Amino acid sequence: MKTEKNLPRNPSSIKTRFAVKFLQAMNKMNKRKNPSTSMAVKYKRYQFIRAAATSSMASAVGPRRAWSRAVLRKMRNHTAIHRFPMNNKTRTTRRFPITRRKRSSILRGNPRQEDDLGFGQEDDLRGLVPGGQGMDFCRLLSETAHYIKCLKTQVQVMTNVLHHYST
Amino acid sequence: MSSRRSRSRQSSGASRISDDQIADLVSRLQQLIPEIRNRRSDKVSASKVLQETCNYIRSLHREVDDLSDRLSELLESTDSDSAQAAIIRSLLM
Repeated sequence: MKTEKNLPRNPSSIKTRFAVKFLQAMNKMNKRKNPSTSMAVKYKRYQFIRAAATSSMASAVGPRRAWSRAVLRKMRNHTAIHRFPMNNKTRTTRRFPITRRKRSSILRGNPRQEDDLGFGQEDDLRGLVPGGQGMDFCRLLSETAHYIKCLKTQVQVMTNVLHHYST
Repeated sequence: MSSRRSRSRQSSGASRISDDQIADLVSRLQQLIPEIRNRRSDKVSASKVLQETCNYIRSLHREVDDLSDRLSELLESTDSDSAQAAIIRSLLM
């Protein structure tokens, strides 16, 4: 397994694209600087930064992954809902997880054991990974791996940004 | 043992997902999770890997939340243009 260094060798790597988009979003927020420090404004700023992090990462990954597509879709719907609040059709239909029938036998084994909850963990995972509900089990595992790698990159970049701002 | 395996593969030809494929994906997932990365894959059940994966994702989400919170507090008090240029430079070099 190749070791990942902190500095990206490929200038257009996901890490760099994410960093640029995230900083652009922060910059935009800074321009609308609000001198008020009320709790509501603070919370809104926090929400904005967190949303910017999520959407910047999904945008940096692009449409090549199911999880990033799900995030981008949610963002588009969210924008649409706010622009056209009367439209009831913007809600995307949730596909029924057909994989309930095709569970891996690895998970099916020993369902009575205390820590082997059978299907519980898979459902939890589907809830945590964006777009996880409609995927088959194999796709879910593959998407999860990529999602975790991107989350780690996100945390790394945000930590770097925080350190730079604090010095 | 190998003949048994190939037989089961033939009988489950309808489902394109083989247990081997899943076991491979699960072990790759295990490598990403610091908690269980160093344990041998035959000692960690797939169920445990999924469980730890969920816990790890939740902890990463919490970290992002915490970092967003601290960043929002910092932004209140700093003028950021020069800091940003420095950040981008350090990330790109």
